[in-house]
Amino acid sequence: MDWETVIGLEIHTQLATASKIFSSASTAYGAEPNTQASAVDLGLPGVLPVLNEKVVEMAVLFGLAIGANIANSSVFARKNYFYPDLPKGYQISQYEDPIVAGGRIEIRLPDASTKVIDVTRAHLEEDAGKSIHDRFDRFTGIDLNRAGTPLLEIVSEPQMQSAAEAVAYMRAMHRLVRYLGICDGNMQEGSFRCDANVSIRRRGDSTLGTRTEIKNLNSFRFVERAIEFEIDRQIDVIENGGQVNQVTMLYDAEKHETRTMRSKEDAHDYRYFPDPDLLPIMITDDYIQSATASLPELPDQKRQRFVDEYGLSSPDAEILSEDRSVADYFEQTVMASKDNPRLCANWITGELFAALKASGLQIAASPVESTALGKLIFRIEDNTISGKIAKQVFESMWVAGKQPDEVISDQGLQQVTDDAAIADLVDQVLNENADQIEQYRAGKGKVFGFFVGQVMKLSKGKANPKQVNDLLKARLDR
Amino acid sequence: MSSYPETVAGIATALAKGEFSSVEITRYFLDQIAAKDPRLNSYITVCEEYALAQATAADSLLATGRAGPLTGVPYAHKDIFCTKGIKTSCGSRMLDNFVAPYSATVSDRLDAASMVLLGKTNMDEFAMGSSNETSYFGPVTNPWREGTVPGGSSGGSAAAVAARLAPCATGTDTGGSIRQPASLCGICGLKPTYGRVSRFGMVAFASSLDQGGPMATTAQDLALILNVMAGFDERDSTSIERPDEDYARALETPISGLKIGIPKQFFNSELDADVSAQIDIARAELETMSATCIEIDLTNMDLSIPAYYVISSAECSSNLSRYDGVRFGHRCEDPSDLEDLYCRSRREGFGPETQRRILVGTYALSSGYYDAYYQKAQQIRRLIREDFQHAFADIDVILGPTSPSTAFNIGQKLNDPVAMYLSDIYTTAVNLAGLPAVSIPVGFSDNLPVGMQLIGNYFEEAKLLQVAHQYQNVTDWHRRSPPTTHSVT
Repeated sequence: MDWETVIGLEIHTQLATASKIFSSASTAYGAEPNTQASAVDLGLPGVLPVLNEKVVEMAVLFGLAIGANIANSSVFARKNYFYPDLPKGYQISQYEDPIVAGGRIEIRLPDASTKVIDVTRAHLEEDAGKSIHDRFDRFTGIDLNRAGTPLLEIVSEPQMQSAAEAVAYMRAMHRLVRYLGICDGNMQEGSFRCDANVSIRRRGDSTLGTRTEIKNLNSFRFVERAIEFEIDRQIDVIENGGQVNQVTMLYDAEKHETRTMRSKEDAHDYRYFPDPDLLPIMITDDYIQSATASLPELPDQKRQRFVDEYGLSSPDAEILSEDRSVADYFEQTVMASKDNPRLCANWITGELFAALKASGLQIAASPVESTALGKLIFRIEDNTISGKIAKQVFESMWVAGKQPDEVISDQGLQQVTDDAAIADLVDQVLNENADQIEQYRAGKGKVFGFFVGQVMKLSKGKANPKQVNDLLKARLDR
Repeated sequence: MSSYPETVAGIATALAKGEFSSVEITRYFLDQIAAKDPRLNSYITVCEEYALAQATAADSLLATGRAGPLTGVPYAHKDIFCTKGIKTSCGSRMLDNFVAPYSATVSDRLDAASMVLLGKTNMDEFAMGSSNETSYFGPVTNPWREGTVPGGSSGGSAAAVAARLAPCATGTDTGGSIRQPASLCGICGLKPTYGRVSRFGMVAFASSLDQGGPMATTAQDLALILNVMAGFDERDSTSIERPDEDYARALETPISGLKIGIPKQFFNSELDADVSAQIDIARAELETMSATCIEIDLTNMDLSIPAYYVISSAECSSNLSRYDGVRFGHRCEDPSDLEDLYCRSRREGFGPETQRRILVGTYALSSGYYDAYYQKAQQIRRLIREDFQHAFADIDVILGPTSPSTAFNIGQKLNDPVAMYLSDIYTTAVNLAGLPAVSIPVGFSDNLPVGMQLIGNYFEEAKLLQVAHQYQNVTDWHRRSPPTTHSVT
């Protein structure tokens, strides 16, 4: 039978603020349990939440970046349920009036095609703490460091039709929130994670099938595998005459399976109501206007500009615009190279990325700065060194943190471009290899490369290859 | 009768003149508490050592000319305000072991004014009650007649001030919890405009209605204490940012020309005839001072009790979810699992009235009932607010009874929640609208005090206190104290 898949994602984006959404406690990851939980985060009697205005700024930026409607007035609501790592017995979230409504994002699929996915809404909320079930015998530990960490929950329309589309959507969002500087994007630490709603229906059906929700997927690979598993499971159930139940599931990455966590019957009645401790968030049109002006160039715009302005190939433009710090590095390199974008692109995606990968570094920590790399590339362009020598210079720069000109002069790597000097070398090689001259003149053209190699070797790689070629040709073809 | 002044203003003046020390007056009140409170039960915690240390510090400020207007004046603090290092029980077994690691903003402000904390007063559990009978620490007796209630929820504060076991006290008012006990105990109590007094560190009952305020024997004293308690607080998002004002500034201004609104809905069949008669006499007194009275119509008044109980219970059901036995407060012995921990800790920690309100509130917010209850109640709330705004277009203050009757007997209404809730029939609308209101004593019915309520427009506390003070300049009901306070220690 022919099945169609329908997927919607709820992405939880941890906003990159220094302090929590309603308290002044730090949001830094990895501290000793319960050392970053204030009286507000602990939900002690009488304490009150005070909104961190930074989160509003970030949510607005996000909304504008996806072309959404920013609510002039949005309301915090309480989502009531009991759980030991939820200190107040309710989570402060937004329900009826979210701060961001609508919007869309373009996703790029592995076959290079694109698709636009609509966003239903994005709302602000606080994260809960963590329950630790495996450290204490017969007890559960509670760590409230994460309680009160600001989240922007981004809810998509159910418009994705495969696991690959879901991943592409998640990647596009991941790139966007990092571009905007509103999320560090660290998925291992849980800064960017999602719940996936999955259902299937017979192709052509207009009504949606019963959906299941897979909670807390924190890697692109898990999203893909969990959804694929769940689609297969649902197809199996229906094709064997069963029906899909509306349940909440967890994905077990080790066993590669989804498991039911709770059924619809155990679903909470969250008893949402407006939080009387907080005033509505009021956002003026002036504020929206100035936020619009402060929007950075977005990934898609940047990719297109790299193609138009620098003449990069589409794949190169894609790689170099994926991450804002890489894009910035690239543009600074181009400027220092006195405008040699394609060579810069090759060097960054080749030498630099390989070196970064080998040392496990992010681009921001690269020992070779963008301007130094640009100058090195300029030295290739102005014939001071050859491309091959440049790789040698790059290695020295990487290890010693030196400027390219310093390395070139210290090691005497300037290219030899003096015709007379090169002619001497050519003559020396020809004098020592009479046999090969015979072969060449007998029509064995390949031998020409041998002569070039010998001359270059003799010059320790410094002779200008074009001049070597020209002079050799002139001598041999005489 | 003691030789010490009974009012905050009197004590402050005497301290400034050096007629006695803060330690001396503090000692006096501590002795009064020790002698009389075992019968009244108005205090949950008495902070003897702490009070004397504060008094000593106040005396050194007074001696070196660094004192503020209320330096060294003792006060009693409702046990709903967190006090760092001193137990804050909120009248509940749930918090019988709770010592906050922070102080409420109000506590900080009283502290900064160098006032002396005598102790924490008894109250209905989590401020839910109108008789002080729901307290885990037992009922408080009304000092005017043993065996009658002092009102609630700030019953301990009202009884302590009435019995002269403190010259003044703090209270909180969610649906009448300052005004009704003030009325039943023959003292003065002011509920300020919502947002005037910070709620930070004040254990929440119903966040959109809760408001702290002063209780004392005179309107002037209310003004002096409100000057300390009120002010913008960035730790409370619902706190209102306005310049500080002197609430005593208008006290001596005559009220001639004042327009008083008399809501016909306040003089209904629920109102005790004797109480009604006393209110009429007080009104006539104000008219002799050239105030004019106009009948007004607060059309939706009769909806205020149901709307109030839906909204306050809904908010309380959520506010009280944090008492789960996990991090602080009462935890049951040997829970078998998580559900058992929750159920038993809460069943044991909360009294019956608190449990009733949590159940009512949970129901009102439930899926399928939200629109019929919570949403509807919010609509009524808006109508009530509009009724008041309409009325204040033509008048300065609204006058009426505070409570439909005088103090009732302990146990009389405890098993009849509706009858109990109706004792707030004239007070809850004020909280729903967020308006300021004061209750002052205006006479007696069968030797029990009768209170009159004055309601003002937003931020018009100074005007309310002016009217009350002008009335007290020509009457002496506020100087009456219960017979038992006259015994010499």
